[in-house]
Amino acid sequence: MFDMMRERRNRRDVPQITPPLPMTARLSLQGVTKRFGETLANDAISLEVMPGEIVAVLGENGAGKSTLMKIVYGVVRPDGGRLFIDGHEVNIDSPARARALGISMVFQHFVLFDSLTLAENVALGLPPEPLAGLTARLLDLAKRYDLDVDPAKRVHDLSVGERQRVEILRALMTSPRLLILDEPTSVLKPQAIERLFGTLEQLAADGVSVLFISHKLDEIRRVTHRCVVLRGGRLVANVDPRQESEASLARLMIGADPPTIAAHDSPPGEVALSVTGLDTTHAAERQHWLHQLDLDVRRGEIVGIAGVSGNGQAALMAALSGEWVDAKGSILLFGTEVLRLPTLRRRALGLRYIPEERLGHGAVTALSLQDNVVLTRDTLRAGGFVHYGEAHRLAATLIERFDVKTTGPEAAASSLSGGNLQKFIVGREIEAQPRVLLVNQPTWGVDVGAAAAIHNELIALRKAGCAILVVSEDLDELFELSDRLFVISKGRLSPGVRPGEISVQDIGRWMSGLWPQHQVSA
Amino acid sequence: MTLPYVLVPRAVPARAMLWASPLLAIVLTVLAGALLFALMGQDPAQGLKVFLWDPLATRRGWSELGLKATPLILCAVGLAMCFRANVWNIGAEGQLIAGAIAGGGIALLATRDSTRMIVPAIVVAAALGGAAWASITAWLRDRFNANEILVSLMLVYVAQLLLAWLVHGVWKDPEGFGFPQSKLFESAARMPIVLAGTRLNIGFVLALVAAGALWLMLARMVIGFQLKVAGLAPLAARYAGFSERRLLWFALLLSGALAGIAGGIEATGPVGQLTPTISPGYGFAAIIVAFVGRLHPVGIVFASFVMALFYIGGELAQSRLGLPSALTGVYQGLLLFFLLACDTLIMYRPMRRKVMAVSA
Repeated sequence: MFDMMRERRNRRDVPQITPPLPMTARLSLQGVTKRFGETLANDAISLEVMPGEIVAVLGENGAGKSTLMKIVYGVVRPDGGRLFIDGHEVNIDSPARARALGISMVFQHFVLFDSLTLAENVALGLPPEPLAGLTARLLDLAKRYDLDVDPAKRVHDLSVGERQRVEILRALMTSPRLLILDEPTSVLKPQAIERLFGTLEQLAADGVSVLFISHKLDEIRRVTHRCVVLRGGRLVANVDPRQESEASLARLMIGADPPTIAAHDSPPGEVALSVTGLDTTHAAERQHWLHQLDLDVRRGEIVGIAGVSGNGQAALMAALSGEWVDAKGSILLFGTEVLRLPTLRRRALGLRYIPEERLGHGAVTALSLQDNVVLTRDTLRAGGFVHYGEAHRLAATLIERFDVKTTGPEAAASSLSGGNLQKFIVGREIEAQPRVLLVNQPTWGVDVGAAAAIHNELIALRKAGCAILVVSEDLDELFELSDRLFVISKGRLSPGVRPGEISVQDIGRWMSGLWPQHQVSA
Repeated sequence: MTLPYVLVPRAVPARAMLWASPLLAIVLTVLAGALLFALMGQDPAQGLKVFLWDPLATRRGWSELGLKATPLILCAVGLAMCFRANVWNIGAEGQLIAGAIAGGGIALLATRDSTRMIVPAIVVAAALGGAAWASITAWLRDRFNANEILVSLMLVYVAQLLLAWLVHGVWKDPEGFGFPQSKLFESAARMPIVLAGTRLNIGFVLALVAAGALWLMLARMVIGFQLKVAGLAPLAARYAGFSERRLLWFALLLSGALAGIAGGIEATGPVGQLTPTISPGYGFAAIIVAFVGRLHPVGIVFASFVMALFYIGGELAQSRLGLPSALTGVYQGLLLFFLLACDTLIMYRPMRRKVMAVSA
């Protein structure tokens, strides 16, 4: 393995300037370097993308993928290195300059105005022109690339998949020669991912070069022609993904074998959390509506809830955790009605919660790790004074036990990488020995190594008899962890199934709300 | 957008500089002040001496400084607690006036036979008056989500008019030659002097105790931790199970009570009666003091003395050099301006546009 990697690295190190290539590279980077404070985000990266080529940029969180893309798109200025477009050296000092050079980027987080129509949103990014002509061009493009949209619809009525199509269309309206997509599939249902790939292949056939950031290995193997792997800011491999296995790509990405997942075994016990008729249709915002949800979670069981975000997951978690005490229906925690009980009382009954957003919700970024321990460890706040000494010891224990990479309990939460902070937060809740644990997106934006560690912790906790409810958009994760699986769509919950008894495609269909009405619950 | 410079965030703002910033701002204020004296045709050295040195030259001068610092400390430590919790109470001036009305009202009840026992009653009444005034802001924010910045600010003018109405009407001194002011308080109802021969009263001790208590609360106590979390990350506070409503009420009522005590002490201390202008803007100056003191009780005590110096210096500049008393306000403004400028330049680095385009 190591020899293979060295060979690849050598191949990369061969100077690529002198002999004229049969075709000029659309984009060429030479020795691009960027430093943030003490970290080297990009270390002398050289890379070429040919016209009509789809190149994946693979790497863990913090490997430098986003920084590299932002340099190409003119958002970040490199500290060193040279950039060439079609063989000409360029200085991309702003996104406007990038667009003028034919580079477009679709960001992971959309930048659309909710109250404007789709066509108006697209018009905003372009030089002024009559809306009618623009709409016609938009429809042409949409048809050509199978990006089915209605230009007159307002953005707030669009699904996430539709919004992404708008972003891609907006990028295509400038007739780019290089399209950059930052983790485009992370928000999509399986069917929408298929359509996106069709669009990308059509674009490539038309000669558009595509840079595709991802850490999903199967996608990279399916759709891209070439894959460059970043690790710790350095380009460590430049491979043909179709010649690699998912395992070999994972090894390249994390530099070691990914931890394996422990096997499922123990049978579930008594009902720990019992939800009946949970309803929030009186809430002001429609996306927080839940319609008569029924759900049981037993001790020693992991129940997974799949769904595209914005379908009621936030409301469900808020109602169950006690952050929101306005729901109707019933939530029994070991037989005690907790529907109207505040967070603190539910925590006293053994219910703990790991929110989706680490920054500012699960942790206070400006505070130290030991202060963040005080947040949910209620015994450290007994008697009017904060027990900082005890908090310090506990934080040190968590760092040690959950292998959190940090300088110590005094380190600010903001100084940790996403994966390490998530390990810390998960560890903080697990170490408190919960009887029921709610987890929203346990490994969102977390690298492969940390994700496996978190999955193993959840499985160990289940073995210890905890009832666990996992909400996730990552179907692989849910299939791996869950004993039973539900799908949430537009605030309604599907029947439960065992992951072995349903295909990913079917779950994808269920995510649109199309599940059989009278299926026997597993 | 066409300015030749842009501000670029610094990767790691120097921690030491964040604390040095107020000192730097004070130095810059003094330098700008010297320039101001020169522009007004005064010898800058002489001006600065009168403004900044003379008040410190005597024991009496120091006692006056402590007297002026008292309401500033009391208001600013309360405000700092609010600001840390992301509760933007900027109406300490109104709460101070409400405290003066309540405390002064008790003081007016005193007779020749009253004992010193009336002093605690005055302080308690003043605290309740200030808290009651702040509770209007808390209730409107809690019940209707009304913006506390606007409400607390506008209530300042209501409080000023209420005080004016009282001293022009029911509380007007019948033997006061028609002046809009109450009768002089009985000596039993005046704040006890702690330094013989000066006007420094027990209020200064109270202010220092309040600063110490607030430090303990913010640094060590659970309520301080909760306020800090609520200010930094409201969602995390909700996640932890801290009640936002409780913290909002707590911060406003306590800061209102402290400002109220400041007003009660001011009325029954140096002033000795109720007048329409009981405070020369202490409640507003305290906002600057809170930020110059880095929202830290110890920093605030020092910042209060600097601000008090500007008040006394302004009075001296008026009486000895014939300069307008508005000088105090100009100095306050300069201090805030330079503090914000220093903070901005510590957090951001100005860069020439051209240089940015050429680099790399």
